[in-house]
Amino acid sequence: MNMPLAKSGITASIALASPATAKVLPLPPKPSVPFARIRATLGKIAASVVPPAVVVALFLVIWEVACRKAGATLPPPSRVVNDAWELIAHPFYDHGGLDKGLFWHLLASLQRIAMGYTLAAIAGVALGTLVGQSVWAMRGLDPIFQVLRTVPPLAWLPLSLAAFRDGQPSAIFVIFITAIWPIIINTAVGIRNIPQDYRNVAAVLRLNPLEFFVKIMVPAAAPYIFTGLRIGIGLSWLAIVAAEMLIGGVGIGFFIWDAWNSSHISEIIVALVYVGLVGFILDRIVAGVSSIVTRGTSAN
Amino acid sequence: MTSYCKIDHVDKIFTRGNTETCVLKEITLDIEKGEYVSIIGHSGCGKSTLLNIVAGLTEATTGGVILEGKHVNEPGPDRAVVFQNHSLLPWLTVYDNVRLAVDKVFGRSKSRAERDEWTLHNLNLTQMTHAKDKRPSEISGGMKQRVGLARALAMEPKILLLDEPFGALDALTRTHLQDTVMGLHEKLGNTVMMITHDVDEAVLLSDRIIMMTNGPEAQIGEILSVPIARPRRRLELVTDPTFLKCRQRVLEFLYERHRFVEAA
Repeated sequence: MNMPLAKSGITASIALASPATAKVLPLPPKPSVPFARIRATLGKIAASVVPPAVVVALFLVIWEVACRKAGATLPPPSRVVNDAWELIAHPFYDHGGLDKGLFWHLLASLQRIAMGYTLAAIAGVALGTLVGQSVWAMRGLDPIFQVLRTVPPLAWLPLSLAAFRDGQPSAIFVIFITAIWPIIINTAVGIRNIPQDYRNVAAVLRLNPLEFFVKIMVPAAAPYIFTGLRIGIGLSWLAIVAAEMLIGGVGIGFFIWDAWNSSHISEIIVALVYVGLVGFILDRIVAGVSSIVTRGTSAN
Repeated sequence: MTSYCKIDHVDKIFTRGNTETCVLKEITLDIEKGEYVSIIGHSGCGKSTLLNIVAGLTEATTGGVILEGKHVNEPGPDRAVVFQNHSLLPWLTVYDNVRLAVDKVFGRSKSRAERDEWTLHNLNLTQMTHAKDKRPSEISGGMKQRVGLARALAMEPKILLLDEPFGALDALTRTHLQDTVMGLHEKLGNTVMMITHDVDEAVLLSDRIIMMTNGPEAQIGEILSVPIARPRRRLELVTDPTFLKCRQRVLEFLYERHRFVEAA
């Protein structure tokens, strides 16, 4: 509306070769600032929410169509919701024994993770620091770590059951042994990569070993340490489900196994969705803590 | 007679596998209290190694450094270094970078409030108080170097070691920072040893210029006194005959008698 007018003004001025005859046109009124900001925010949210929503919807449609047919081995999504409505709608019920809502199963699994992962984080950072700082510790320990880290988590379970003679500590041990390797290895790399400059500063200031650890090492290696912690939390969540299938008791892993044994396929599917979401949230939490803690270091 | 700081017959030999490289040979140098000494030479002549030996970050193969009558062979805050690449800790704010040094050096002798005041005082000396809450990644290269300088000054070193402190800066920022360093030297009377490869900078700032021959086996080739009264003004010096003569002497040394030969 405004443009053609302006254009014609310019062409007219050229044609007549006279000094500027273009009219000054008022700009279209700007939308008020807060309104524009809300719109921009909404646009951003939509850009990140709409594509996955479309993909999920498509996936559900294909699944529904594929599993609707007679003779399909898996239930379609509509039946999953129907069958497992009790589970979806009431995650907090507790009828005693193993008959609990998904929340309680997930909580039991998360408690095991919390124990095993915390131990792994402490021991992993300590061992990683040792290996990163001392050449002899690296020569002695690194080959052993490299071999042990390839052992699949579940292969540790029989051994830990034999040692602890109880399911609970065995599961925690499996989490520990699964999560610790990436934490050790990444911490060691981070410590080894501390720039010589920082070491020189520490030397000139005569920082003692403890001050050096707290004030230079940990912050300088934090991005690496958190990479290890993030891989570690993902692996422990992978391992806990498998370990719980074997040790039984309350826990999301055993819930899935139990559902399989009672042929409640819909319940398995609901549980899988929960497992995925919780794993995602755990990863986000560690990533969030990481970005807060390493703000200074990684910005450099 | 012992001087304030004496570099005494220092040799440095680097050993890698079976090959030995003699970097510095028979370096002997006396530095007086309050003196500003520059060490100039082509790159690879071992001038940074010499500074690291004085700082205690590198060990001399033979010989040693005596500061105020004491043999020094390990790093310490009495020989504060301003590193070429600033070496600020990126996770600490400007204030905290300086405060870390202040806490470490004066943790016992000054109260908390005094340490805070001393930190701010030194940031003020280098005109960095305005950015005290910023992180190193948020300030410019020249500002980082000012913070590095504040950190070094805050340690109240017996000798201040500057390792090509202006090397990574653009010409205008460098000029500005040179003036700051010159002003602080006049005000505080620090003993300074500076590594540089900039002839004008060396002549402008120094009382004496130590010219190093090319490595390997670099030696002190010539020592030039710069008899220009302080305070010195950059603009007046441009036409000052003494300045020009000194400048010429250094240039002759570097580009005629000890021209840099690219390793074949």
